[in-house]
Amino acid sequence: MTTAAELDPAPKLGEYAHPERLVTTAWLADHLDDPNLVVAESDEDVLLYETGHIPGAVKIDWHLDLNDPVERDYVSGEGFARLMSSKGISRDTTIVFYGDNFNWWAAYALWVSTLFGHPDVRLLDGGRQAWVAEGRPLTTEVPRRPATDYPVVERDDATIRAFREQVLEHVRGGGRLVDVRSPGEYSGELLAMPDYPQEGALRGGHIPGAANVPWKRAANEDGTFKSAEELRAIYEGELGLTADDDIVAYCRIGERSSHTWFVLSHLLGYPRVRNYDGSWVEWGNSVRVPIERSSEPGPDPRLKAVG
Amino acid sequence: MAMPARLAEIVEEFADLPAELRLEALLDYSRRVPPLPERLAGHRDAMEQVPECQTPFFLATELGEDDRVAIYFDAPPEAPTTRGFAGILSEGLNGATAAEVLAVPNGFYTALGLDRVISPLRLRGISAILGRLKRQVGVQVEARLAGPAATA
Repeated sequence: MTTAAELDPAPKLGEYAHPERLVTTAWLADHLDDPNLVVAESDEDVLLYETGHIPGAVKIDWHLDLNDPVERDYVSGEGFARLMSSKGISRDTTIVFYGDNFNWWAAYALWVSTLFGHPDVRLLDGGRQAWVAEGRPLTTEVPRRPATDYPVVERDDATIRAFREQVLEHVRGGGRLVDVRSPGEYSGELLAMPDYPQEGALRGGHIPGAANVPWKRAANEDGTFKSAEELRAIYEGELGLTADDDIVAYCRIGERSSHTWFVLSHLLGYPRVRNYDGSWVEWGNSVRVPIERSSEPGPDPRLKAVG
Repeated sequence: MAMPARLAEIVEEFADLPAELRLEALLDYSRRVPPLPERLAGHRDAMEQVPECQTPFFLATELGEDDRVAIYFDAPPEAPTTRGFAGILSEGLNGATAAEVLAVPNGFYTALGLDRVISPLRLRGISAILGRLKRQVGVQVEARLAGPAATA
């Protein structure tokens, strides 16, 4: 057994509730050769890794590697073990995820890895954008890491993942919901645009009671996360969320909300945050679930008979 | 399937590749998008945006006197997948007649066999590009059929 990588001591990270979940580009550049650290790129654009990636980084494709090929679900414990083994990742390896588009898919890959309880998962603050902007090296060389003996770990769907029925209960109980989609998707306007066959849902709007904070508000223009103080101003100041709340985040298929899950869980340290990965593609297609079609969270759902 | 010869060749080329090489082939096509002619470069207002692509993506078509179609794409390098789609359509359809372009089946891309390497949501981007491209060509054909009186 080798030990996990040391922590990035950058002062900005120290302000977050869990600084051990982030690394800066400068720190990563100095730790690329750490024997028990693997950098993993997860992108929205599945060809980006091939055009050049951080030296030594492996590719984890959200569609091929993390999703079950048939059912709408994630891979099994066996599938995850096979994936980790093939990428040369052991259970005690530090994984640093990064990717394009404000770490959107990197946060998703990190969240899925957390379902399997991989202990040391971190995000690269600023993602691919910051690494490239700083002129740091990229390579097209694909690393060959020896396969590992990664254990089969049963996926824990209870702690950080929410399913439709649970979200219905959550709505009935007046629980806190954060819809991280764009304002147009939230209000339901986008479905009504002529000639634009938006993917997914038959109905537009949002889950009653959900507040709208587009996921990207948590990031700066350069791709890095906003400071702890700025994040608190949004989620505590504007929404009034606290560490005592039971919170469900959702978007369209659960990827953008993984980013917000990361912010609420790891940067602000809220202990009870779940990502509803069924999200709007499931909710907006479901029969007899309540929908709010306006730009307001909606009436107190406890006043209505629901479902 | 009724397809212009070059597009049919490209489809065959992809279908014959083992799945793991198809992404590489797409990357290859992403490098083959011709640069925009001067009159379009930097003039995105003269082009149509394809919002389904999620990344800034623009297209323009021109119907020549000989009834052949010229196609122009503007896609950013940080979106190689979308550029790859553009490369396929550019090489496969440039110089085809309007009738040939309009006859390309909307679902032609399923035969590329990319569904195992690219998510279905992503693949719809190529279908959206083709749809908008065909609509543009259709409008130009109709305008020409309506005669000079209608366009004057």
